[in-house]
Amino acid sequence: MLYMQVPAHVEYERATSVDHALALLSRPDTRVLAGGHSLIPMMKLRLAQPEMLVDINGLAELSSIKLDAGQLRIGALARHADLLDSALAGRHFPIFHDAERVVADPIVRLWGTVGGSLCQADPSEDLSAAFAATHATAVIRGQDGDREVPIREFHLGPYQTVIAQGELLAEVRVPVAGPAKGGSGSAYEKVARRVGDWSVAAAGAVLRLDGKPGGNTVIAQAGIGLTAVGAEHFVAAEAEEYLRGRAPDDESFAAAGRIAAEHCHPVADQRGPEDYKRHLVAELTARALRRAAGRAALAAGRAGRKK
Amino acid sequence: MTMRVAVTVNGTEYARDVEPRLLLIHFIRDELGLTGSHWGCDTSNCGSCVVWLDRKPVKACTVLAAMADGRIVRTVEDLERDGRLDPVQQGFVACHGLQCGFCTSGMMMTARWLLDRNPDPDEAEIREAISGQICRCTGYENIVRSVRWAAQNPGNPEHPAETL
Ligand SMILES: Cc1cc2nc3c(=O)[nH]c(=O)nc-3n(C[C@H](O)[C@H](O)[C@H](O)COP(=O)(O)OP(=O)(O)OC[C@H]3O[C@@H](n4cnc5c(N)ncnc54)[C@H](O)[C@@H]3O)c2cc1C
Ligand code: FES
Ligand code: FES
Repeated sequence: MLYMQVPAHVEYERATSVDHALALLSRPDTRVLAGGHSLIPMMKLRLAQPEMLVDINGLAELSSIKLDAGQLRIGALARHADLLDSALAGRHFPIFHDAERVVADPIVRLWGTVGGSLCQADPSEDLSAAFAATHATAVIRGQDGDREVPIREFHLGPYQTVIAQGELLAEVRVPVAGPAKGGSGSAYEKVARRVGDWSVAAAGAVLRLDGKPGGNTVIAQAGIGLTAVGAEHFVAAEAEEYLRGRAPDDESFAAAGRIAAEHCHPVADQRGPEDYKRHLVAELTARALRRAAGRAALAAGRAGRKK
Repeated sequence: MTMRVAVTVNGTEYARDVEPRLLLIHFIRDELGLTGSHWGCDTSNCGSCVVWLDRKPVKACTVLAAMADGRIVRTVEDLERDGRLDPVQQGFVACHGLQCGFCTSGMMMTARWLLDRNPDPDEAEIREAISGQICRCTGYENIVRSVRWAAQNPGNPEHPAETL
């Protein structure tokens, strides 16, 4: 039987525990197989040609989503659908629900994992931007134990992460800050050419607002993640810096959007020309910030600001 | 180099010696001869290869047969039981839900899964559920109507997913 696209020859092992997986991964040219929804297409195209796959799908210990010691802990093997269905995640970080609603399609979301998304390090991955906005930390496990790497240092470039041979991503931890005086909120905004497609551009925002004696609120901290537009580490650092201490109003958000658009590096491709992508960055950043601020105001028990 | 893969498909256990690189869709179609599941785009975009793996729909062109070893697969052949069509199949008949039929098995497997979780989905929920699947004949209106028909005529669900 002639097939159009099949992976090259490969060995397959199913890990029965994390330790077993780590032992298998110490061999050169092995790859973790999670949902396989990025890796198998890459193998069909010979963009990846590992000698051995280590299937971690049976490792339930890597798939929980829980709140622990002020951190939302998301197992690397949690599926996109698990994160989307997690009321806990949605309560603390609506940005994850916004993003997961527009990652691929419902069937792909049942299999693709959070860890696979981050480790794939595709420059258009939605969760990379969402986690960057939340200042998350990656917990990487090796035979010598765990090491923690800020998600903003996790990606070294397209399809490259800091994970070394013999290691795997165990979980992602997102700090849940204590109640901010002015509330905190988050949101994700994406434009794609059609339902279920990769982003032309997308922006995620996390805001912590502080109350001022006069009754006004100011931005205590802003996190802004961008994807598909060549932003370094998926972050709009200059825009975040600009917002600190400013009023959470449309004017600040529009300016932050302009700054984000100026400092990213989109390239023209079949999804659009560079100037269009910059335009989207400005607009989507401002929209995500506006929505995050609206949610922060709600969280603080205030009347939502006018749209 | 081959490995033994044992999969329970539609209630029957099959074991085959296959290469680890074999995709699940080819295992189902060519090793087992169950050709109701189709193989279309090969790039996880069209959903004509959708089957259930451990009770959840999956695009079988994007997982390895090896990953299904020891697990349960359900294909479109299992929708009909004892000569009785599943309400989803009846809906596709009643509402002209197929033209060439290429996308149909995948659409029906996703529809069955949707209805098991949400017995009364509205049009938007149906469209969302099948949004990762392509009908090359563009018969989406009738596919949505077919699934609505099945929701309105659940009949006697003799084989809900939990008992499989
Ligand atoms: C049709 C389609 C549409 C898509 N659309 C989008 C989209 O709109 N937005 C988006 O962001 N993504 C999209 N994706 C990508 C999807 O999010 C990823 O395919 C998926 O989440 C990757 O996860 P996985 O578990 O399948 O990873 P796999 O394919 O199993 O692995 C991907 C890579 O990560 C490595 N890896 C996986 N888990 C670990 C771990 N725990 N530790 C170390 N390394 C690991 C693997 O070795 C491999 O190199 C789409 C995919 C498809 C098929
Ligand atoms: S053949 Fe599998 S999605 Fe098209
Ligand atoms: S009926 Fe022809 S592809 Fe859907």
